[in-house]
Formats: sequence, structure tokens, C-alpha cells
Amino acid sequence: MPETRSRGDAVQGLDALETQPERGGDERSVAETAGRIWAATWPKLAAVALVLLAWQAVVWSGWRSEWVFPGPDRVLPTLFGEITTPEFWEAVRVTMRRAFIGFALALAVGVLLGLAVSRFKPLRVAIGSLITGLQTMPSIVWFPFAMLLYGISESAIMFVIVLGAAPSIAGGLTSGIDYVQPSLLRAGKVMGLRGTQRYRLLIIPAALPMFVTGLKQGWAFAWRSLMAGELLVIINQQNSIGWALSQARQLNDAERLLGYIIIVLVIGILIDVFFNWADRSLRRRWGITR
Amino acid sequence: MSTITETRTGTTAVRIDDISKVFGRGGGAVTAIDGMSVQVGEGEFLALLGASGCGKSTLLSLVAGLECPTTGSVDVGEHRVAMMFQEAALFPWLTVGANIEIPMKVNKVPKAERRKRVAELLDLVRLTGSERKRPHELSGGMRQRVALARALAQDADVLLMDEPFGALDAMTRDILHDELERIWRERSLTIMFVTHNVREAVRLGDRVVLLSSRPGRVISEFEVKGERPRRIDSALIAEQAAVITDRLREEVSRHA
Repeated sequence: MPETRSRGDAVQGLDALETQPERGGDERSVAETAGRIWAATWPKLAAVALVLLAWQAVVWSGWRSEWVFPGPDRVLPTLFGEITTPEFWEAVRVTMRRAFIGFALALAVGVLLGLAVSRFKPLRVAIGSLITGLQTMPSIVWFPFAMLLYGISESAIMFVIVLGAAPSIAGGLTSGIDYVQPSLLRAGKVMGLRGTQRYRLLIIPAALPMFVTGLKQGWAFAWRSLMAGELLVIINQQNSIGWALSQARQLNDAERLLGYIIIVLVIGILIDVFFNWADRSLRRRWGITR
Repeated sequence: MSTITETRTGTTAVRIDDISKVFGRGGGAVTAIDGMSVQVGEGEFLALLGASGCGKSTLLSLVAGLECPTTGSVDVGEHRVAMMFQEAALFPWLTVGANIEIPMKVNKVPKAERRKRVAELLDLVRLTGSERKRPHELSGGMRQRVALARALAQDADVLLMDEPFGALDAMTRDILHDELERIWRERSLTIMFVTHNVREAVRLGDRVVLLSSRPGRVISEFEVKGERPRRIDSALIAEQAAVITDRLREEVSRHA
């Protein structure tokens, strides 16, 4: 059938014209990869160098005496010395364990809350704006109350982390669910998607990008609440990053103090890099950006 | 000619009997459809044509069972109904293959069987080899063909199409008319095709049903003449389209 054949050719020809030509292979040369990595790295290295330089310059200017405000020439060696000690890793371990447990709790509470609010209209009317309100509250104001409730304990810290992070997570989930494209919902309805299958195959994946944004924000709140908590709620001299910070202050050990501040910054950056990576790969999969 | 007589000998696939659909209540109530009766024969390609506000999308929702008519009845018998829209509405987080699998997952088709049928359906819409692509990598025309494959994956024999090619350029649309006609024949589908493009209706339909606006009613019906496949730029199509366009204009100016 020549006629059908030519029609098939027309379809295929049009498809080929309307889609972007395949990019020439994924194998890049080693030199090209190295060049790429260098291009992405050197501005960051330059920025770090610039900050260190500015810091050192302020110290040299004699604005404060060096035992209060030491320069990087003294802080960095202290820091490198510190990270070889088991006490340092114990502090990081305790703090990160609290962070992950607190965040996991906040995740569970946030997801349940978010699903409930998006499912039941009266609940949304009742507590929808309360959730937004909670997000704007500095979580540190909860600590006095948390310490009354739970005493000087891990639970007090967890309580504040959950209060700080769960509203953002719940908010991300509800707005993700709210903004699922109506055309997708209609398509799901036409295909007979119902009940849990509708949530599993349509609603949850469609809400995922906004949910991840909520997670990222929730993490930021959790991390801040935790640091505030560790400075305020010191449990039995237990080693932690917060405890090390307040110890360093009491001992007037500015070098260690600044070293730990750098550690807090680095941990924050690492987690942020992880969330950005998750966010970007999701968006690429969804076709939101290329 | 043969196609028309062949497909019209059968029984009725969709029987729409004196339906009306009112949205809202009291003073704010809007009558979208008022006393509409349409019958679609088994294997018929019915084009529904109307200006804005003729309730054509509402009509398709009623046939798909997504909504209930206020009065009257819609009977599709044992038929399974699938629906397509102007937007392909593919799930962007899934590959083409996984999108086509969704209705089969709903129908609890086993995995091996799903794979096989995805390959068959992709072959049918001439997208063999695109199984692992993502919707955003496809052109508009390709997306609509995936949407068609997904609709057919519902095992439907009645296909409702709500301006499915409305957002496509003329050449793509032209080619998709050929493709749809071929698949309609190969699969012996019954199609209700809503459009506001008169030539498209005449190009594709065995019959064109013209609807009035606000509220939607059937105002007239045209049997389309001409052997398939028809060419949208042929004189025969243009002639019939002109008659229908005149009738449509008459209807629209009533609202002036």
C-alpha cells in the first residue's frame, strides 16, 4: 500500500522535524569534563579566598584584640586540629542525630497535617491560616514553654524542631496538592483513577516539586531551631555543636568558637546542596527546565 | 461511500435521549444543555459542531459518565468510553510508556501484558521507540498521539474527543486527521468528535451534528458526502463546509 506508506513517512518526518535532534553523545572527553568542573569551581574558590582575605584584613586593622577576634591564620589550624579529635566527631554525631530525628518527626507530622488539611475542607478553614502563621513565628520563642513541658531534655529540642519545621512541610504539601494542574486531574478522572491509587499515581507525584521546596524550607527551620536549642537547652554537659560553642565562649576560646561557626556553615551548605540537587533533578525529570 | 453504509448498518452505540443539564440553582442557574437527543451508531464517526456555549464539553462529560444529566438519559450500553482533550494532559513525571500504562494499572492488567500492549499501541500511533521519552521531549502532535494511545489503553471502543487537535498547527492537524481515520477504521471505534472547525468536522465525520448555543440544542444534522480518505482542501469538503458555515452563522447572529 504505497499510500499508507507515504502517510507513515509524513508522520515520521514531521516528528523528526519537530523534536530536537539528539545531542551528540554523552561521552565527553576528559579534558572537557575537567574544564567544566574548573569553570564551576574557580569562582567559588575565589569567593572563599576573598572572604578569608577580608577577614584577615579586618584582624590586621586592629579593630579588636586578637584573642577576641582571631584571623583565619589562627582559626583554620585550630579547626583542622579540632576535626581530628574524637570529641569533635562525637559533637557532630549528636547534633546530626538530633537534626535527622527531629526532621523525621517534623516530616511525619507535616505530611499527616498537610494531607489532612488538603483532604478536609473544614479543617483547612479551621487551621489553614494557623499553619501559615506558625511558619512566620521565630521558633526560639517556643523554648521557654518547651522547657516547662519537657524539662531540660532532648524532647524539648525535638518539640521545638517539629513546631518550627512541620508547618513548612505541611504547607509545601498542601500547596503542591492544591496546584496540581486541573487538566491532569481531569485526565485522571477520565482514566478512572480513584482513592489511594489516585493519590499514589497522580496527586503525590504531581505535588512532589512543591513538596521538596517545603522540605527544604522545613529543614532550614529545623536546623535553626536545633542550633538555638543546643545553646539554650544544655543537657547534662552532653557534647554537641551547640555545647561546644557555648563552652568556647565561656573559656574565651575565640579560635574554637569561630571554628565551630564555620562547621555550622559548612553543614548548612552541604544539606542545601543536597536539596538543590534533588530539586533540580526533579525539575529536569518533570521537564520544567532543561 | 462504502464506509458510511458499512458503519451505519449496525446498532446504536450511544443513545442520548432528551437530556438537559442545569448548573447551579435558583436565580444563578445556567442551562448548558436543553432537550438534546443524539444517537451515535456503532462504528460511526460523529462530528459535533457548535460555537462557544453550545455545551459540547458538557455533553461529552455526560457521555463519559463524569457528570449526570439533570433530566433525560445517556445510554452507552456495554461500551467502554475513553476521552481526549485539547491538552494531551500526559503525566510529566512519567515516560511515554508509563503514561500509556496508567489506565491498564487502573484495570489491573498484569505487568507483562501491559508492556506488550504499550508496544502495540505505540506502534499503532507510529511512535515505536519513543517509549522511554518524556512528554516534554515530544512535539504537540506526538503528545496527542500518546494521549490517543493512552485513551485506547482503556480498552475503550467509544472515544470522545474534545477539540483534540485545536492547539496544533495546520500541517500536523492534517496528518493527525489521516492517522485518526486510520486508527478509527483499524480498531472499529465509535467516535464523538467535538470541534468548532467546520472543515475539520466535514473532513472527519460521517455525520455532522450542529448545536445551538446557550442553551445547547441540536439544530440540524448533515450527512457528509464523499469517499474516505477525504482531503480537507478538496472542493467537495469546501462546498459542504460552506453550507454548514452559513447555518452556523445564522445561529450565532441570533445572539447579537
